[in-house]
Amino acid sequence: MRARVTVMLKAGVLDPQGEAIRHALAALGFAGVERVRQGKVIELDLAETDRAAAEAQVAAMCERLLANTVIESWRVEFA
Amino acid sequence: MRAAVVTFPGSNCDRDLAEALALHGFAVARVWHKDTDLPAGTDVVGIPGGFSFGDYLRCGAIAARSPVMAAVAAHAARGGHVIGICNGFQVLTEAGLLPGALMRNAGLRFVCRPVRLRVATAASAFTAGWAAGATVTLPVAHHDGNYQADSATLDRLAAEDRIAFTYIDDPNGSARGIAGVLSANRRVLGMMPHPERSADPALGPAEGAALFRALAAAGVSA
Repeated sequence: MRARVTVMLKAGVLDPQGEAIRHALAALGFAGVERVRQGKVIELDLAETDRAAAEAQVAAMCERLLANTVIESWRVEFA
Repeated sequence: MRAAVVTFPGSNCDRDLAEALALHGFAVARVWHKDTDLPAGTDVVGIPGGFSFGDYLRCGAIAARSPVMAAVAAHAARGGHVIGICNGFQVLTEAGLLPGALMRNAGLRFVCRPVRLRVATAASAFTAGWAAGATVTLPVAHHDGNYQADSATLDRLAAEDRIAFTYIDDPNGSARGIAGVLSANRRVLGMMPHPERSADPALGPAEGAALFRALAAAGVSA
């Protein structure tokens, strides 16, 4: 089973890299980009075949390592 | 007094930190990230600067989950002193031994220069060599030194006098200009500036020596 974890900075946490991307897009002439938030995507190939067990496993991974929950939020999609 | 300095793959200030501690009277042991125990009788643990594990995932994230950190957490839990400098500060926040997180510098640039700091509290074994409110100049060298925590945490740190150092001219966007913080028992210090790079008079102004001198004078033991 494949899990795709998306980690983003929490709402309200300043994202200086997102801001830099927004400025660079404006410099390239892409007008009207009002906000850019940058995050990361982590794909996991799991041996687990039970969806509920996989969800619990990945949630624990996110809380303990994949995201720093002081500043980041996470979400998971399964394929 | 015995100090243990941890080395992770990618640490690059470990030797400087060991030298600074030794110069001020500590017997220094070097510890590898895969070690599961600290040397018997360790009083102070040093988590050095550098780029542990290439800053993969997040600065300090992988190092914080390495085997030696369980021993460091146990040392802190029994009241042992720990100092984390630069990447070491990032490791201590990632390990949950200090609150908050270090994010990318607000200006997005690596900042490498001496900065002026205010010693915000003298009430710790690390800062007892200064008067509260004193200014000190120490070098910084980091890309991710932007200290952030939610406002309740920041208020608590201020109310409990746990902000150790603040920047006089904030180089990285840190909340409330915070350059270093203490744990609730005041025995774990994390700071972005590098006192160990400013601890030997042979290498220029040794303003960071006061930290190591105070730590040695405190006769801290775990």
